[in-house]
Amino acid sequence: MTNNLESISLIATYSAMAVYTLAFILFTVDLAGRAASDGQSPPTRWLRSGMAVLLLGFAIHFGAVITRGISAHRVPWANMYEFGLTATLVLVGVFLGINIWRDVRFVGAFVSGFAILALGIVAVNFYVAVSPLPPALQSYWLVIHVCVAVLGTGFFATGAALSASQLFQQSREEGKLQTRSWRFLAAFPSSETLEALAYRIIVIGFVFWTFTVIAGGIWAERAWGRYWGWDTKEVWSFIIWTLFAGYIHARATRGWRGRPAAILSLVGFGAVLFNYGIVNVFFKGLHAYSGL
Amino acid sequence: MASRRPSDPASLQPVDLADSTSDFDSPDAPRKNRLDAPISGPKLGPLEFVRWVWRVLTSMRTAIILLVLVAFASIPGSLVPQRSSDPNGVIVFRDANPELFQFYESIQLFDTFTSVWFSAIYLLLFISLIGCIVPRTLYHWRILLAEPAAEPASWVRLPFRRREPAVGGTAASLDRAEAVLRTAHYRVVRNDTSIRAEFGYLRETGNLVFHVALVGVLATLAVTGGYGWSGQRAIIEGQTFTNQLASFDSFHPGSWFSEQNLEPYGVTLESFTAEYTQDAVNDAWMPIDFTAKVSVAEGDATREVVLKVNEPLAAGNSQMYLLGNGYAPVITVRDPQGTVVFDQPVVFLSQDSNLTSVGVVKVPDGLSEQLGMQGFFYPSAVDLDSGALSSNNPEPTNPTVTFNIYTGDLGLDSGVTANVFQLPVESLTQIAGRHTGNDVMLTPGDVFELPGGLGSIEFTSLRRFIGVEIRHDPTQMGVAISLFFVVAGLLASLGTRRRRVWIRARGTARTPELEWGGMSRGDDPRLDASLDRLVGKTLLSAAAKMRGK
Repeated sequence: MTNNLESISLIATYSAMAVYTLAFILFTVDLAGRAASDGQSPPTRWLRSGMAVLLLGFAIHFGAVITRGISAHRVPWANMYEFGLTATLVLVGVFLGINIWRDVRFVGAFVSGFAILALGIVAVNFYVAVSPLPPALQSYWLVIHVCVAVLGTGFFATGAALSASQLFQQSREEGKLQTRSWRFLAAFPSSETLEALAYRIIVIGFVFWTFTVIAGGIWAERAWGRYWGWDTKEVWSFIIWTLFAGYIHARATRGWRGRPAAILSLVGFGAVLFNYGIVNVFFKGLHAYSGL
Repeated sequence: MASRRPSDPASLQPVDLADSTSDFDSPDAPRKNRLDAPISGPKLGPLEFVRWVWRVLTSMRTAIILLVLVAFASIPGSLVPQRSSDPNGVIVFRDANPELFQFYESIQLFDTFTSVWFSAIYLLLFISLIGCIVPRTLYHWRILLAEPAAEPASWVRLPFRRREPAVGGTAASLDRAEAVLRTAHYRVVRNDTSIRAEFGYLRETGNLVFHVALVGVLATLAVTGGYGWSGQRAIIEGQTFTNQLASFDSFHPGSWFSEQNLEPYGVTLESFTAEYTQDAVNDAWMPIDFTAKVSVAEGDATREVVLKVNEPLAAGNSQMYLLGNGYAPVITVRDPQGTVVFDQPVVFLSQDSNLTSVGVVKVPDGLSEQLGMQGFFYPSAVDLDSGALSSNNPEPTNPTVTFNIYTGDLGLDSGVTANVFQLPVESLTQIAGRHTGNDVMLTPGDVFELPGGLGSIEFTSLRRFIGVEIRHDPTQMGVAISLFFVVAGLLASLGTRRRRVWIRARGTARTPELEWGGMSRGDDPRLDASLDRLVGKTLLSAAAKMRGK
């Protein structure tokens, strides 16, 4: 039974990737179509179908996460594979959620593309069979600490997508990037609007990240005897926190708004990716558990 | 909308706070942060120079640069092993790269987070922070005591403007608007023909609380950190740890530690059990439970406690954490007459997930020569094709010890503290073990006769030990309280919008109207929606009044 669910989860993961790929194609066709019309045409049916397909992918992905959790009898984020699986789900969920509040469908191609890449890398490189938790992870702080980390990562990723589009858009507004291949940017809002959106989303990510670090500290005290010991993962969580603190200040500083702030946001998200993909795998530290 | 003044060194805000946020203040506000002049160093006298340095240090730009610098300065702390988190890694590094080690050591790379350069950056950051929040707090205090800002000279530039009929006359409409604004927690000043109102002081209050609380974290560490201490100890089943300096295997006192800080108590390890499960895919054994049953003697009372990972034990003013475990084979050494000269469990440190472990036995007295033994312990020994042993299970299904045995001067009398896990084999003579043609391989109950009639050794029985950390950390409370305010301040600040509303009577006596104007500090996409709701409520209450008549 458990093994069945585990393989169902894996099949669902690959299915979600396939569906996300379809959504990515639809989003790209939409961008291409609007580029051809110099961004004048309203959102097309390609965009609407892209959103619908993405929603379907999200549902399948959600199923993959749930079945993984049930087959393991615990929260599905106890190793790198599960963290990647769940964080990607949250990223897509954050994107879908933000669309209820504000129309950001123009970054759909980025979000679906990133989801495919992330799921692919995670499923191919980090996949591990369901295994019971080692004693150090047997704590309800696993639920809290990793859950807020996943949420923070999802918001930072969406923020990074917006900051990147902001940079391109700003260059375009300055008269650069005028070639045909960049014309899809006409479908994007102004760089100022993109910056305001990115800021609001990253600030939410920052709050979650603050919670992640604090919850991690409380758990570290219980499990390792100290709340802060400059373990490699703690160092990188701290780096991420200070970089995004710098970003938030940059947004309120004359001469730092716009491009410098956006670059800081991307550097911050680069640190998030580094913390997950490089620190976990190549660095020695207390956060290394059971293989990956 | 405000006229800009030339630079004034007595700025209450960072000189480079963005326009969109500083524009909020009316020209007659006590704030003097309207600086267009770039931060640059004109020719100045000494006092002005100090002021200029201060202004630069407390500017937002400096804060951003210092934040990014702190981030980058932390990176070596994750690339190079740190004495604080990985002392063994530092030793390994020294042995592997002696020359690079010297260089790294000279720039404190092994102590990144207490290094001079890292401390310089974060101290500057905190000075900059304090230099920023003190004047801001004074200013905010004044704002809190002040009335809502005066009407702007020009309404044209206000982002929110509405004109609505003043149903039932100007005064009655203003009354209703005032009531609506007060219900929405605005601070309101009502005149005959106008209202000024302000909301969201919590935004700046929360912001200041957040920053002050960060200083609180640092202050707590600085003030109470020196009173902390921590120590490590391996406790073997049946042994009792008493909380005094001599009982620790290693001890790290804070700067202001004194031995009286150790409150007396004893912890006896009654039993330790570990549970493992085999991974279906790669056959590796993984721990799923470590349980240590201990009895704690404190004062006259003794209590039975279960110590687990994630479930520390509180005793005295300290906490005991279960961090490691392993095997301690009991080794008995007898002289040629059969008299026991050594009989105790010896801690073997595990090297892999199947608990292959290494340990050292030192027998300085009782035999005709000093005896040193370097051992391997295999909980479940199996023969490899190479002839060597290996453990294929962390549980003791076939516990086996092998030894290389040496005689000679163990160096215990030289006065230098010797590492209990190291044997100076270079200066000793090997008498048995690998490469001597006289292998020593013992299972429980086995006896090995030492060559040359020196005596005998026996693997008598097997016990387990736990590795614990005992720690008194007086910074926890202060840091926890500070972090509570960090989070509270952050949420309050980010969740609040600072808004101003002005209402004035317009129109004619026959068709009286109210004009609403509003603005926010910084980005506020919901300004229109929020103020439209207030306008709507005012009209609604007018309509209700009309129906009531």
